[in-house]
Amino acid sequence: MLTDVFTRTQPEKEERLRGELVELLGHHRRHCPPYARILDALDQDGEPATLADLPWLPVRLFKTRKLSSVPDDEVIRVLTSSGTTGEVSRIHLDRAAAATQSRMLARTLGTVLGPRRLPMIVVDRSGVVGDRRSYSARGAGALGMVNFGRDHLWLLDADDRPDVAALKEFLGRHGDSPFLVFGFTFMVWRYLYEVARDHGLDLSQGILVHSGGWKKLVDQAVDNAEFRRRLGADTGLTRIHNFYGMVEQIGTVFLEGPEGGSLYCPDFADVIVRDPVTWREAPIGTPGVIEVLSTLPTSYPGNVLLTEDLGVVHGVDDGHWPGKRFSVLGRLPRAEARGCSDTYVGGRS
Amino acid sequence: MELQRLRVVFRTALELPDNAAVDSLEYRGIEKWDSLAHMSLVAAIEDEFGVMLDTDEVIDLSSFDRARQILEKHGVVLLAD
Repeated sequence: MLTDVFTRTQPEKEERLRGELVELLGHHRRHCPPYARILDALDQDGEPATLADLPWLPVRLFKTRKLSSVPDDEVIRVLTSSGTTGEVSRIHLDRAAAATQSRMLARTLGTVLGPRRLPMIVVDRSGVVGDRRSYSARGAGALGMVNFGRDHLWLLDADDRPDVAALKEFLGRHGDSPFLVFGFTFMVWRYLYEVARDHGLDLSQGILVHSGGWKKLVDQAVDNAEFRRRLGADTGLTRIHNFYGMVEQIGTVFLEGPEGGSLYCPDFADVIVRDPVTWREAPIGTPGVIEVLSTLPTSYPGNVLLTEDLGVVHGVDDGHWPGKRFSVLGRLPRAEARGCSDTYVGGRS
Repeated sequence: MELQRLRVVFRTALELPDNAAVDSLEYRGIEKWDSLAHMSLVAAIEDEFGVMLDTDEVIDLSSFDRARQILEKHGVVLLAD
């Protein structure tokens, strides 16, 4: 599989990212006074020797503070992620940051989708993006993905029922060559998998990209392995890529490799799993809190963020693509409950 | 081909008045050209000129001018009137 963003071994990546991130953090320190005050309070001496030494921000800080490194009149988009308690992250993008994030998302997903826009099934209703003013984060997630497809089929009707006739018609037209399927994980299961299985539909040419977490599937005992196994066995769909990302690092997604089971970090991003007691980096195989690092945030200080998700690193430079491979295990127990599809690119169930 | 055809496509896809000036439009420069309208615009351009745009081009199509350049890459040369 050709790729231009899953190329660097961990030592190469860390060396390059460390320099770039030190530079970016300095930039934000100079242009975002509230961020400078946080760093001042941390009182860190000297240049960070490793990625793990870079100061992180708790991701929820974007809910309580305006953290922007560009003047207000240069902000072209303010992205929000809603939590169920009503707290909302606000992410400020200028033109350059907005352009970079969509380009890098395209390059990342292009690794598994190729450069051509494929006929696309969106496992949602078109109304989810219908109201331009106040579309939900679920709608924003779908909207971010439609660029990758053409001839879109919105699978659900206005009452969230799958339109089986339209699905059959789509497969009749496009089912013999590669097509793209996007949806939140539990919706793919409930509205596409079950329908395709019950109607004996062939999804073997599909490439599925999904996100959102497993919480809503726990009661059905469906985890990532089972999801992949049953989609393959019952519908022929085997090209399946889960991804993990968040609005606070828009454009950065950690993508499941073709072999399944591990998420990989693109060259411009990395993860560190930390022990929640000592905050030291957890050893491979030991679960902890996920910190995400990315060079994409240039208009807000979101480069190094401590998430509220639990994860585990499975290995380094030993998988389908180089770098770390990891899994997300779920939310930190004390974290705010968030609906898994109410977050931009999901992954935070 | 005439540039006027591309102007009409923009006006129709973005639901602008028949006489709206579109030559200097930029993505998100006006309220009506948002990410949802962008997909209608891309589909309309593909239909009108018989081309298929790649993902990169859809993302790169950030202004009327860029649309014209991308079409040129596909061999559709639009002459100003």
